[in-house]
Parts: sequence; C-alpha cells; structure tokens
Amino acid sequence: MLYTEKVMEHFGNPRNVGVIEDPDGVGEVGNPVCGDVMKITLKVADDCISDIKFQTLGCGAAIATSSIVTEMAKGMTLSEAVMITKQQVADELGGLPPAKMHCSVLATDGLKVAIDDYLVKHGRAPIAGPITSTDPDFDPHEEEL
Amino acid sequence: MDHTVYLDHAATTPTDPRVVEAMLPFFTERFGNANSLYALGRDAASALEDARERVARAIGAARADEAVFTSGGTESDNAALIGLATAGGRNRGHLIVSSFEHHAILAPAEWLGKHGFQVSEVAPRTDGVVHPEDLASAMRDDTVLVSVMHGNNEIGTLMPVAELAKVAHDRGALFHTDAAQTAGKVPFDVEALGVDAASFSGHKIYGPKGTGALYLRRGVRMAPYLMGGGQESKRRSGTSNVAGAVGFATALELMLAEQADEMPRLTALRDHAIDAVLARVPYARVNAAEARDRLPHIVNFTIPGAEGEAMLLHLDAAGIAVSTGSACSSGSLKPSHVLLAIGCPVELAHGSLRISLGRSTTQDDIDYFIDRLVPVVERLRSMNPLYDKTVAAL
Ligand SMILES: Cc1ncc(COP(=O)(O)O)c(C=O)c1O
Ligand SMILES: [Zn+2]
Repeated sequence: MLYTEKVMEHFGNPRNVGVIEDPDGVGEVGNPVCGDVMKITLKVADDCISDIKFQTLGCGAAIATSSIVTEMAKGMTLSEAVMITKQQVADELGGLPPAKMHCSVLATDGLKVAIDDYLVKHGRAPIAGPITSTDPDFDPHEEEL
Repeated sequence: MDHTVYLDHAATTPTDPRVVEAMLPFFTERFGNANSLYALGRDAASALEDARERVARAIGAARADEAVFTSGGTESDNAALIGLATAGGRNRGHLIVSSFEHHAILAPAEWLGKHGFQVSEVAPRTDGVVHPEDLASAMRDDTVLVSVMHGNNEIGTLMPVAELAKVAHDRGALFHTDAAQTAGKVPFDVEALGVDAASFSGHKIYGPKGTGALYLRRGVRMAPYLMGGGQESKRRSGTSNVAGAVGFATALELMLAEQADEMPRLTALRDHAIDAVLARVPYARVNAAEARDRLPHIVNFTIPGAEGEAMLLHLDAAGIAVSTGSACSSGSLKPSHVLLAIGCPVELAHGSLRISLGRSTTQDDIDYFIDRLVPVVERLRSMNPLYDKTVAAL
C-alpha cells in the first residue's frame, strides 16, 4: 500500500486544522470503533463557505482527505460543496489505495453534515441527502476490493 | 534518509553477513542438486545433511531427520496444521488453536474447519498468556491436534508450552507450537518442551527470507504438503535449497552463541523504552504488561487518542520504522486480532504501536524514538475531536 506524494504532503502539513469559534455549521461523523472520526466547523456568508476547519482522528488517508476537502470546499457555494464526491477527493490527492477509499467518504460526509446543520438551523431544507460512513453496517471495503 | 532507526525486528531482520558468506559457495561452485548421485550432488547432499544436524542440535532434537527444511514460518505452520490433521487420510476430528496465533495458523485452521474438521479457539487471558487450565477445558475426546504459539509476535508474551503440551498429550492429542519469534532468542528445546512439531523462520533471526524449518518428532505422521520428488524424506518435495538450509542453520547457531550476551542487553533496552514512554506520553500503557515471561525484544504500547497508522507515518518521516495493529493499516476494518483477543477495547487497539529491538538497536535509537514520539502524539491528539472524551473515559 502506497500513498501518493500529495497525500503525504497533506498528511504532514494539513490545512485548516482546528475548530471555528461560534461556527454556523458543525458536522461530526465516524465512529471510534471503526477508527476514524472527523469534525468540521464552518462559517457561511452569502450561501458560500467563507471559513472551514477540521479535526480528525484517523489514519494518514483520513487526515489527508480531511485536509484537502476543506481546501476544495472553501469559497464554494453550499450547493456546490455538497456535490463533492469521495472520488473527486481521491483524485485531487492523486489517488488513494483501494482499501483507503472509505476515509474519503468520511471527509465528504463530514462536510455534508456540517452544511445541512447550517441549513436546518436556519429553517431551511437539508440538501445533502443520506450519508454512509456512520451506518454501522457500512463496509467500505466491500465495494472497493 | 540520513537517520534510520529500525525498530521492527519482529517483522524481519537484515541477513547477517556471516550468514551470507556461509551461503555464497552454494550459489556458484557448490551448486549441485542434492538428489544427484555424482560428486557435485553428493557434496550438496552432505552440506544439506550437515545443516540439518546443526539445526536439530540447536533445537534439542534427538535426531537430525526430525528437522524438515521449509520456506519459513508460514509454510511450516500450514504444513503442520494441515499435514498433522489429515495424516493417514483422516478427514474429521477436533482441533484447537489459540485465538491470537499468527494468520499462518489461523488461516489453515479455518480451512480445515471448512473441510470436515471442527475447530475451537482457546483465548489468551488479559495477561497475554494461554493458560493450561483454559486449554484443558477446551479439550475433547476427539481432539487430534492443538497448536499454541511459543511467543506472540505482536505483544511478546511467552506461553507455558511444556504445560500446554502435557495437557494435549494427556488427552491423546498432538501438540504443535509456532516458534518463529522465539527460537534463538529464548531457550527452546523440543525435548524439554515435549512438543510434537514446531515451526521456525530464518528471516526473524538474521537468516535469509524464505528459509526455515519444521520440527517433526520421530514417529509423528504428517501428510506431505508439497508432493513431487520426495525430498526431505517425502515430507517436503522440491529441489533442496541448500544455500538456504546452510544460511538458516548458521543464523540459528549464531543466535545461540550470542544469546547469553544479547538478550539481557535487549531486555534492558526494552525496559528503558517502556519506562520512558510511560513517563513521557500521558495515558500510554503497555499491552499485556502483567505477563512476567516475555520475549526480550518486543513491546506493544497503546497510546489512547492517537491513531496507529498516523503515528507510524510521522515516525517514518523521522526515519523510524515501527509497526501498528490499527485497523487502517491492516486494510481491513478490524484492528489487530491479537489485541482484541487479550481484551484490549477496539478504540484503544487503533492506537497501538509495536517496537521490536534487535542487534542494531542502541540506547540512542530508543531515545531518538521517544524524542520523536512525544511531539507526534501531542500533535495527533490536538487534532482529535474526541480526545477529551477519550481520556475522560480511561
Ligand atoms: C509467530 C509467527 N509465525 C509465522 C510467521 C510467518 O513466518 P514467515 O514470514 O517466515 O513465513 C511470523 C512472521 O511474520 C510470525 O511472527
Ligand atoms: Zn482510515
């Protein structure tokens, strides 16, 4: 199993680490029993993500995908950000080993939950749709391997 | 990389130059097939039999032909489990393996379970030891074979093999032990332990990869695992790897010659590492710490709130090689079956880190490792959204 240089670069120097005080949306996904947990906090201005930070407990891929998803989402409209797929996240990193694709699901799910959290708090309808990583029966390796 | 600290000797070791030197003639000048009748073949055969005698002596075997050369631990484990269970055409019966064996035992046990045999697992207790009483209560009248490892490769605990073998024998079953991590490092004598079969691996003891042996007590029947030209008294066909056999025998003898000096040295370094990690990494613990009988070179830490693969990668960036039992590094969703078997909670198993010391290891290596580990753990914990909850629950 090999990580690309870009994965290692984001793992070694992750962007947007931390917690935003007084955030507009919060998304926490994952489960310590399967290893990886991610929390996103974000600020919204004019339906755009104006600031975003993450905290992640997890492997190299979990940290790198968290880092890059925050970079990708920053400045996007909410409806754009919610469309980011795990494949786009992986592609942006130059690819991920198959057994590590589930880590990128965690990153996109964290983002989706944070966006819906913002919308619902403001009396609006959620737009993200179902998320998969917190489902106890979710087995990422089944589909990838 | 300007600085390399190799702390993964349980994974593999570099081949000792003295071993390489002993092997070299068998690649070029003394290359004969040990089955050939002419002089070149006889020369290879006599080197092979000399290596066999040296291995037999090193493991306390009564006769040289009790040592079968194999390609290493995995083959020896597979051959013993399947070959002993199915000897004489047997296709049913009960086997017992411990639940924290290497996969080279667990996988063939599972295979036998799908091919007519019944398989039970006996669990180690939280001290990382398989207790004879627990084996005794798993034994049945139809138990034909028991396999419990001599020393565990992830946590370094040693099993009371002589007592376990006696439990198996009292109920008429054969006893196999996987000694891949132990032979050469702690005393290992097949007669004193009373085992019927035992597995050995060359590359764990500064021998070449793809070498090793299976000890098979005289009179114990085994269905051959590799069939063909009938080498190794029909127990393992295939043109003999004379260079490998010579390399394995040399490596094992060197381990024994140096054991009395090297093992106390490694034990002291290991204990220094334990003291320093426990003192400098908050909440760190040693897995199966209460076991008194342990390998000198292996220690497994749990670092709550930091994920194993992430620690491994940061340490790698600092030139340090270690291993982890975290799920994400295994390619499956499950963390180490060894840590789970000794009752380590899943969340904590994700934060495990194994270091294993060897000939190259110095006190400077250990100190460098700890100096790098401390900031790595701090950094990962500071990024962990659940860290406060995790430590509050400890
Ligand atoms: C306890 C144990 N058994 C078996 C093996 C497999 O040995 P080999 O790599 O020689 O096939 C190993 C090594 O990983 C081991 O630690
Ligand atoms: Zn992961």
